[in-house]
Amino acid sequence: MTTLTQAPETPAARETPARRRRRVDRLPYLLLLPCLVIIAALLLWPLGQVVAMSFFKLDNVRQLRGDREWPWVGFDNYAEILSDPFFFTVLRNTVLFAVATVALTMILGTLVGLLLNRLGKRMATFVASCVMLAWATPALTGTIVWKWLFDDTSGLVTWLFNALPDGLSNALFGRSDWTGYGWFNSPLLFFSILALVVVWHSFPFIAVSVLAGLKSVPSELHEAARVDGAGPWKVFWRITFPLLRPVFGILVVLSTIWDFKVFTQQFVLAGGTQDRPTFMLSIYSYAEAFSPPPKYGLGAAIAVILTLILLLVTGLYVRMVLKQEEES
Amino acid sequence: MKRGAMVKRFALNGAGLLVALFAAFPVYWMIATSLKPNREIFSGTPRPVPTEPTLEHYRQILTGNLIPGVTFADFFLNSAIVAVSTVVLSGLVALLAATAVARFRFKLRTSFLIMLLVVQMIPLEALVIPLFLMIQRLGLYNTLPSLILTYLGFSLPFAVWMLRGFVAAVPKELEEAAAIDGATRAQTFRRILFPLVAPGLVATSIFSFITAWNELIFALTFINDQDSYTLPVAMTFFFGRDDTAWGPVMAASTLFTLPVIVFFLLVQRRMVSGLVAGAVKG
Repeated sequence: MTTLTQAPETPAARETPARRRRRVDRLPYLLLLPCLVIIAALLLWPLGQVVAMSFFKLDNVRQLRGDREWPWVGFDNYAEILSDPFFFTVLRNTVLFAVATVALTMILGTLVGLLLNRLGKRMATFVASCVMLAWATPALTGTIVWKWLFDDTSGLVTWLFNALPDGLSNALFGRSDWTGYGWFNSPLLFFSILALVVVWHSFPFIAVSVLAGLKSVPSELHEAARVDGAGPWKVFWRITFPLLRPVFGILVVLSTIWDFKVFTQQFVLAGGTQDRPTFMLSIYSYAEAFSPPPKYGLGAAIAVILTLILLLVTGLYVRMVLKQEEES
Repeated sequence: MKRGAMVKRFALNGAGLLVALFAAFPVYWMIATSLKPNREIFSGTPRPVPTEPTLEHYRQILTGNLIPGVTFADFFLNSAIVAVSTVVLSGLVALLAATAVARFRFKLRTSFLIMLLVVQMIPLEALVIPLFLMIQRLGLYNTLPSLILTYLGFSLPFAVWMLRGFVAAVPKELEEAAAIDGATRAQTFRRILFPLVAPGLVATSIFSFITAWNELIFALTFINDQDSYTLPVAMTFFFGRDDTAWGPVMAASTLFTLPVIVFFLLVQRRMVSGLVAGAVKG
C-alpha cells in the first residue's frame, strides 16, 4: 500500500502531461512488485529447489533444517527410480488412470452439456443446480461420502448388490452375499471407484463449459443441418464439434493435467499412503519423501519426473490459450 | 405435440433426472446420514430419508473432545484463520497487480500475463517437498502461518488473472474525471476504483477461500501438532482411519462442505470463463 500513498504526494499530478506520463511509468512495476515477489518465492523458487533436491541424498529432516550436510549424488536418485520396476507400474497406473478418467469425464461432461442445452428452462435449471453440487463439493468430503457409499457392511452400494436377485448376482459376479466384500482390495476395483469419484467431481466443469460454448453457437446452424436430414450424431461431429474445437482442446488438456496428479481422492480412498499397488506418481513421490524412513531426494526426483510430463501437456495448453486470446 | 416429439421430450427429461440424481445424490446422502440415528445408519435396509431425524451426531462432534482439550470447533477455527488470512493477503496483492495489468501499458505486461498462465500449471503436488524445506528453514513448521504463506502463493495467480477483468471493466473515464477534479491517485483508487471493483474482489476472494479451505496435502505435511490441525487434516486423522463412525463423519463432512457449496454457488458463473480463459482450479 505504501507505493500508492507515496505516489500522489509527488508534485507530478500537477505537472505537464508529458512529464507526468514519464513519471507514471514506474508505478505499474511497483504495483506488481508484491505479486512478483510472492510468485517467485513461493512457486518459482520451490520449483527450482525441487530440481536441486533431486540431486542430493536427503534422508534426514535435519538436513532440511541446514544442520547437516547435503551429499551430492548426481543422477543416482533418478537411476534408482528408473531401475526399479515398481516405478513403471506406477507410471503405467498413472497414465492409464489419466487416459480413462479424461475420456470418461469428457464423454459424460459433453453429453450432459448437450442435454442441458436441449432441456426446457426449468428442467435445465434444476439439473444444472444438481450438477453444480457435485462440482462444489470439496474433494475431501466428496471422497469420504463415496467411501461411505461403498462401505462393506452398511454402504448403499453393498446393499444394492445384496438386493440383486441371488441367481442374477451369482451368474454375473459369482457371489450373492456382498456383505463384507472388500471393494477397495483389488487394484482394478480400487481404480474403478477412484475413477468414479474423480469423474463425479470433474464432469460438471466440462458440462458447464460445453454448455457455455453451445450457447455461443448460432442455433440456425443446427436447425439447418436437421432440416437437411442430419441425425444428432452427424450434427455433433459435423457442426458442433468443429465449432467448439478450441474449447474441447482446452478442456482435454486441463482435465489431463488434473487427472494426472490426483492426490486427495486417492489418499482418502486408500486411507493413507500404505497401499503401494495402487500408487500413482504424485502419491508415490509423497510417500517416498515423507513416509518413514524419509527420502526427500528420491521423492523430489519423482516429483521432477511428474513435472516434466505435465510440462509437455502444459506447453500444448499455453499455446492453445494464446491462440484463442489472439482470435478474440 | 406430435407423439414422437413427446417421447423425445420424455426421454430427455428422464436423462436429465438421472444426471441430477448421480450428481446430487452423494451430497444428499451425506446430509441424510448425518441426521440419522445410529441404529438407522447401520440397519440392514437403508431408508432414503431419515425417519427419525436427530442432531445427536452434530452434538457429539461439536461438544465432544476429539482429543483431550481439542474440539471440532478448534479445528474449524484453525481452518477459518488460515482461509481468511489467505483471502485478505491474496486479495490485497492481487488487486495491486490487477490494477497494474488492467490500467497500464508497460513493457513487461504481456510477459507477466504469460507467466501468470504458466505458473498456474506448476503441479502443486510437486512443491510439497521444497516448500517443506522452506517451512523448516523459516522455522514455521507446525504453525498456521506456514499454510497461509503456502496458500497465498497458490491462490495469487488465479486471483490476479480473474481480478484484472473486473478492473478493466471499470470505465476509465470515471478515474479521469476524478483526476481532473483534483483527486490524487490514492484518492482515485480508494474512492472510485476500489468500490467499483469490490464485487469482483468478493468473487475472487471466494475462490481463494475455497482453495485454502479445501487443501489437504500441505496441511497434512506442515502441521504435526494436533492443536493446529486444520479441518481437513483432522477429518482424515480422526475419521478417515476408523471407518465405522459414519454418523459423526457425515455430520463433520456436512459442516465442512456447506460453507463451500454456498460460496461456490455465488461465484460459479465466473469460474467457467476464468478457467477456460486459462486458469486452474485447486
